[in-house]
Amino acid sequence: MNPALLEMVPVIGLEVHVQLKTRSKLFCSSANEFGAEPNKNTCPVCLGLPGSLPVLNREALRLAVKVGLALNCQISGRIKFDRKNYFYPDLPKAYQISQYDMPVNGRGFLEIETREGIRKVGITRAHLEEDAGKLLHEGIKDGSLVDYNRAGVPLLEIVSEPEIRSPEEAHEYLTALKAILQYLDVSDCDMEKGSLRCDANVSVRPKGETKLGTKVEIKNMNSFKAVQKALEYEIKRQSNAVENGEKLVQETRLWNESKGQTFSMRSKEFAHDYRYFPEPDLVPFTFSRAEAEEIRKTLPELPAARAKRLMKQYGIPEKDAFRLVQDKKLVEYYEACIAQKVNPKMTSNWILSELLGNLNEKGLSIAQSPIAAVDSAGLIRLIENNTISGKMAKDVLPEMIETGKSAEAIVKEKGLVQVTDTKAIEQAVEKALQANPKSLEDFKAGKRQALGFLVGQVMKETQGKANPKLVNEILEKKLKAC
Amino acid sequence: MPDVSRLTLKEAVSLAREEGPEKIIESLAQRVLQVGSKTNAYLHFDPDRIERAHKAGALHGVPISIKDNISTRGWETTCASKILVGYIPPYDATVIEKLREGGATLFGKCNMDEFAFGSSSETSAFGPVRNPWDLERVPGGSSGGSAAAVASGEAIAALGTDTGGSIRLPAAFCGVVGLKPTYGRVSRYGLIAFGSSFDQIGPLTQTVEDAAILMNVIAGHDERDSTSANLAVPDYTQSLHRPVKGLKIGLPKEYFVKGMDPEIEASVREAAKVYKTLGAEIKEVSLPHTHHSVAVYYIVAVAEASSNLGRFDGVEYGFRATNSTLRDLYFETRDLGFGEEAKRRILLGTFVLSAGYYEAYYRKGQKVRTLIRQDFEKAFKEVDLLLTPVSPTPPFKLGEKMTDPLTMYLSDIFTISVNLAGVPAMSLPCGFTKTNLPIGMQLIAQPFAEETIFQAAHAYEQETQWFKRKPKL
Repeated sequence: MNPALLEMVPVIGLEVHVQLKTRSKLFCSSANEFGAEPNKNTCPVCLGLPGSLPVLNREALRLAVKVGLALNCQISGRIKFDRKNYFYPDLPKAYQISQYDMPVNGRGFLEIETREGIRKVGITRAHLEEDAGKLLHEGIKDGSLVDYNRAGVPLLEIVSEPEIRSPEEAHEYLTALKAILQYLDVSDCDMEKGSLRCDANVSVRPKGETKLGTKVEIKNMNSFKAVQKALEYEIKRQSNAVENGEKLVQETRLWNESKGQTFSMRSKEFAHDYRYFPEPDLVPFTFSRAEAEEIRKTLPELPAARAKRLMKQYGIPEKDAFRLVQDKKLVEYYEACIAQKVNPKMTSNWILSELLGNLNEKGLSIAQSPIAAVDSAGLIRLIENNTISGKMAKDVLPEMIETGKSAEAIVKEKGLVQVTDTKAIEQAVEKALQANPKSLEDFKAGKRQALGFLVGQVMKETQGKANPKLVNEILEKKLKAC
Repeated sequence: MPDVSRLTLKEAVSLAREEGPEKIIESLAQRVLQVGSKTNAYLHFDPDRIERAHKAGALHGVPISIKDNISTRGWETTCASKILVGYIPPYDATVIEKLREGGATLFGKCNMDEFAFGSSSETSAFGPVRNPWDLERVPGGSSGGSAAAVASGEAIAALGTDTGGSIRLPAAFCGVVGLKPTYGRVSRYGLIAFGSSFDQIGPLTQTVEDAAILMNVIAGHDERDSTSANLAVPDYTQSLHRPVKGLKIGLPKEYFVKGMDPEIEASVREAAKVYKTLGAEIKEVSLPHTHHSVAVYYIVAVAEASSNLGRFDGVEYGFRATNSTLRDLYFETRDLGFGEEAKRRILLGTFVLSAGYYEAYYRKGQKVRTLIRQDFEKAFKEVDLLLTPVSPTPPFKLGEKMTDPLTMYLSDIFTISVNLAGVPAMSLPCGFTKTNLPIGMQLIAQPFAEETIFQAAHAYEQETQWFKRKPKL
């Protein structure tokens, strides 16, 4: 079979490491705090000093189970840790305390929004482990510096089943996962601060083939967009290789953002055999169903449930509902607007397209919106009651962002109140018709475009303030009468 | 005035309560200066650096010596290894905190086998320890320095550690009392780990009562050690005077084997007779999986050790060989920093944990360990205590067993099962060879039944008074 005729299908799995926002580290009482002076938040335990011993932070376990429940995972009845042994300067004990064969959270799933609707992506497992320290190489002569503030910070490693079918879906998965974590308030999920990290595993295979292709791991992606781009690149690279009959190597590749490519990591001299064995310093213990149920009671309304509620309560379409819930701040903004009694469908449209569009242009997130929900509601109300047209509102919005003034104030100031007085519009229509006899002829001759032109002329005459709907109605009437 | 450096802990506490500890400290320091170079029992001893107690506590300032694998704030702690030269812990082990609370003076840090790997205290990077009873012979290991110091009068009492017999063997070889508590009885926080599921800190003393006094100070739950037992500590001195009448003592037949030294066997059997006269019941029992213990230990304990010693890499503290590349930093530091036996055990431990071998060695070893523990559980349904020898041989000569590691490993044959099962055991003097070398016997009890050991040990000790004989150093 000619390889060039095969359609190559990607198989993607994602590994996400989330820092849990406990007050102290996973195995000691040193502060879990980002951005502190190097090595300030350390103690004999997280420094790995000889003789130190770990003690489990129960809050971290509770947060881990919370996530597991939200991801519909099987919660392990037995909590056990293992040592993962390897040498690196950011790993003070030369082993990481992790979970190997008995992760706290077993199989589960989450729901993502795709073009074909809502889909489930399986979660293989989610386990607790401690983070390593940070190495600094930049600008340091003859060596590196190590900061152990991060060593011992609790991580939850969430592994998806290899059920993600495209780079877009990967983006959706990450967005949906982040939303859940935000709703649970277990992490800041900030990729820039490293509280959320993602590695991807991707292989390709011909459509219809059940055997998996060679798997490549990709690291060093610093945003959801980067994950998507890296996967796009990698899938192309792998597909090309297969089509050219080249053999793919199972390896780890690093994403280079500036070059837009993945590069193979220098082959490591020693293959990693982590020699996992049960952590003898931590006694395994039972985690009862009752304890898990207690934690389940503390779960908030999660994104999927919230979306379904919004659809039911406000009649907004599934796609919009799912988009809104992906960012907790966004859906809160939305519901705050609705609380002002403006039309829910209009509001979701407005927020998703206009508001977010404007904010994105300025590089602002909804959390940073200079316009409060109450004020957005104010603007939407003006459209609703025909004070201004939708088109005019699109101009008012940037003004609101720039000046911080309310919609009402700007409309008043600029005299933007829409002209709905039919008499005034009739007058303007008359004027336009008289000034453009040719257009009248064209319209009569069957050229519909002439209508559009005339509407434009009427708008010009009214300095854009006429209600376009009324203009159309009145103009059509008049034209028919001519 | 009695020689104050030969006071027992009990006597010293009594004296110190009246007059303060200074005379005792001075006399002890004199003794170290006098015979220290012969025994090499101390790694760090400096009369000007003796850290006196700030509290009276139970010990009233009496000096205690500490094995050098226990973290002492501000005191270099090396585990007798080059790789930790210059490492000064910024924190105290929990037992040290407890000693300070208990009014102990920190006297000095004792020599040992490097990282506690050994049965003779010959693998120290700073010279072997010598047995005060015969300086050409080993004091046993790995707590040889602690035991030798107590035997030679260079210490009133000391702390040692026991992973496979490292308190009990030196106690037997030096003619002193040594107790390995139940696993979890004493906190391991601050103990530089060898075998995490085996290690325990325990007392090395001149008498059984002294050991009870020290145990009262160091035992107890520690939140910082997740493996420490959350159980109240009884007053161990209360159990000393309980009569042994009616106590059931078992002699496990697997511990009286062909090839063991006849003087040792005779000595231990004689002790059994003494117990009989005191009213105890003696019977034979069986611990059928005993012959697997050495193999299991040298798989499971060294596996844990190989992981525990990964952190000694020159990056954060201790010896660093070079700054050239990361690879060289690791390779050369660990090559130059670790001694032969340490390397041997790290390699062995790494091997048994490696892919393809984990199931056959480590996991299998842990399973057999369960069988060994069950042997003890079954035996303790029939008896209250087990009585066994401590060592198959009397103290051997320096260098005698260093050529074949396996021969050295077999020294632990009677002590190792105890650590595998996590039960408490004490070594105490039960006689001497014809050549005046000490012989020790071992009393083993159920988990957290140290009181039964103290009860039986004290009765025997008072009856036989072996502790009165001291080496002529």
